[in-house]
Amino acid sequence: MPTTIIESKDFNLFYGDFQALKNINFQAEENTVTAFIGPSGCGKSTLLRSFNRMNDLIEGVQTTGETNINGISVYDKSVDVNELRKRIGMVFQKPNPFPKSIFENVAYGLRIDGIKDKHIIEEKVVSSLKKAALWDEVKDNLKKSALALSGGQQQRLCIARALAIEPSIILMDEPASALDPISTSKIEDLIYELKKNYTIIIVTHNMQQAGRISDNTAFFYMGELIECDDTKTIFTNPSNLRTQNYITGRFG
Amino acid sequence: MKKLKENIIEKLLFSSAIFTILTTLSIIGILLYEAIQFFEEVPLFDFLTDTQWTPLFDDKHFGILPLLSGTLLTSFIAIAIALPIGLSIAVYLNEYANKKFRKIIKPILELLAAVPSVVYGFFALIIVTPALQSFIPGMSGFNSLSAGIVMAIMILPFISSLSEDALFAVPKNLREASYGMGATRFQTVFRVTIPAANSGIIVSVILAISRAIGETMIVAIAAGQQPRLTANPLVPVETISAYIVQVSLGDVPHNSLEYRTIFAAGITLFAFTFLLNNVSFWLRKKYQRKYA
Amino acid sequence: MHNTKKNRLIDKSFQFWGIGNTFIGIVLLAIFIGYIVYLGASRLSFDFLSSLPSRFPDKSGIYTAMVGSVWIMFLTAIFAIPIGVSAAIYLEEYQKKNRFANILEINISNLAGVPSIIYGLLGLQVFSRTIGLGGNLLAGALTLSLLILPIIIVATREALKAVPNLIKDASYALGATKWQTIRHQILPAASGGIMTGIILSISRAVGEAAPLIVVGALAYVPFVPTSPMDDFSVLPIQIFNWISRPQAGFIVNAAAGIIVLLVITFSMNLVAILIRNKFEKKMN
Repeated sequence: MPTTIIESKDFNLFYGDFQALKNINFQAEENTVTAFIGPSGCGKSTLLRSFNRMNDLIEGVQTTGETNINGISVYDKSVDVNELRKRIGMVFQKPNPFPKSIFENVAYGLRIDGIKDKHIIEEKVVSSLKKAALWDEVKDNLKKSALALSGGQQQRLCIARALAIEPSIILMDEPASALDPISTSKIEDLIYELKKNYTIIIVTHNMQQAGRISDNTAFFYMGELIECDDTKTIFTNPSNLRTQNYITGRFG
Repeated sequence: MKKLKENIIEKLLFSSAIFTILTTLSIIGILLYEAIQFFEEVPLFDFLTDTQWTPLFDDKHFGILPLLSGTLLTSFIAIAIALPIGLSIAVYLNEYANKKFRKIIKPILELLAAVPSVVYGFFALIIVTPALQSFIPGMSGFNSLSAGIVMAIMILPFISSLSEDALFAVPKNLREASYGMGATRFQTVFRVTIPAANSGIIVSVILAISRAIGETMIVAIAAGQQPRLTANPLVPVETISAYIVQVSLGDVPHNSLEYRTIFAAGITLFAFTFLLNNVSFWLRKKYQRKYA
Repeated sequence: MHNTKKNRLIDKSFQFWGIGNTFIGIVLLAIFIGYIVYLGASRLSFDFLSSLPSRFPDKSGIYTAMVGSVWIMFLTAIFAIPIGVSAAIYLEEYQKKNRFANILEINISNLAGVPSIIYGLLGLQVFSRTIGLGGNLLAGALTLSLLILPIIIVATREALKAVPNLIKDASYALGATKWQTIRHQILPAASGGIMTGIILSISRAVGEAAPLIVVGALAYVPFVPTSPMDDFSVLPIQIFNWISRPQAGFIVNAAAGIIVLLVITFSMNLVAILIRNKFEKKMN
């Protein structure tokens, strides 16, 4: 019996008067990759950001319904949003390293967590860079500015940075959309590798990418979750006509 | 614990922000407090209509008009010179000059506003006035023309750089539409870009006016200390700000009527700049929305 | 056809007109400064920098005024920087968009436009008289810090605004609190812009004479201030004092004093521009 790690129940989200998510019911199981697909503005990124409450940063956002991560209701008043985010890693569309050294980028999450022990920090930085398949390329210049890395390297650094705080979940918002094909395939290989230890949700515009890397795929349209199923089923035998139209490229 | 720390920090930052409001309230409160006591002795009507300002003489008159006219005259001269030049600079930099030239020239232009005003006062009194006297025979050693000319140099960067921002904010496609019909740069600028940027340009002019009427050291040094209701730019005048300096340098006893004159004069000056600043603020908000 | 030619001519002439206007202010300033250097350079000497003011122009120096200016610079910075930067952080990172935000915004824009002489009246009434500081350094510095506060706030806000949201998001996503994000990411990334604003505002304070005269700074100070409670003069007031003397020798002194004052303000501006340029490069 696989464990449910992420769960949205009757979840609605409003930006002021505009309803961006309508009655979402969604589940993701431990150590799986789920791809969110759908046309621009369909709500897939919004749902992704609702899991670690990044939407809180936007003024006028309101939610109803429930979101559970590891069985904890994340919109509950007792939940400390900073602690929540520490347990969930996030990778953004454009690589966004801090204007600091490679080492400090990865160490940042540990430092804000109050960890002062140099050995622990060093150890975690190294292991995170290794997990993100970046170690071999940067091990000799950890002091170098992160901004000097290539786009693909920067994105893997951002993944390493997310891994350093040992999350159980990684949210990826179109992590490869700004990268060249070679860097993209490196990120995809990495996702395949990370799946063994993490639950991953990835928003993507790239149908082939969703097909290559995900176990499950969820299709969104105009704020609704149209269907969510085994990736193979979604791509070969979707039950909803809109899903089929989108996947076969008739709109989107 | 962590929440508490975050809260305390936010409160501290908030109190700094509130401090700015306290400053404004104090300015208004103090000016009003002293000015009201002044107007208990001097009728407001006399203050606004008497054409003489002689509070330090035996025959006391408290008409603000001579000081106000001095202020407006020097400011008018400064704006009349700085506006066409500043606007030309803005147009040239925005539409004609290449990027590299702009990048070098803008900080140099802004240096004009960084020169301390006491230095400009020296220029006006020691250099500009003697130079002008050589071909304007009747010109007095203290006059509003020199002060106005030099003040124009000082406020030039205000007009040029704020107007340039306004021109820059005009959407490219408007310009391209004009070029597409075969218009030259000059035609495009004066028929399309400037009209589209007019509220931004007005804002720059208003701010420059506000700056000019509040300017003190140039006029205190070069325009003289003789309150006079005149439009003649060649004779000595006194501005509101110069009067405040004049009284501050002398030995006027506190709590006297003479002492309160500087607050009555000050509130008049403040009222003008306050009005101009608010108008420019609203105009700026309006045009920022227009092209948001 | 004829019309096109004419238009092109107008276009070309405006180009020259534009160049001419761009340089007219700068050229005039250069001429003025050239004249000042010609007039005052010979007066510049170690004696001039290290002498007290005197009744005799050739024995007068700017020592006390320079020390006063340094005190004012230092004290003004101490008061204005923490409050100005804090207020800017609040406005940019904490303040929600509502009516109160609007009031704060318009208020700061207003403060930035209040003439410096009015700040002098405020300082005179609050610091010199109500608190009873008289015309001492503390009263002068407090007055000038109110004067430059809006400049620091506006510049700091611009710098904070320029920090990409992506960086903030990355920090929040790692579980950083608001203050951690500000302290470790936003402020370091904005530090160049903030520094530029601070230096420019201090340079403005160094050049101010009017508000200090109103507060009660002295035109003639025969001693060197050694504590914030001492009376003082500053370079611009000393220069102003010399300009208003009839003897030609004092005009030469004023010119020499102006050279010193301009060296100070221009180098501060230069440093500010260099920091800004370096910072812009780093951000791109």
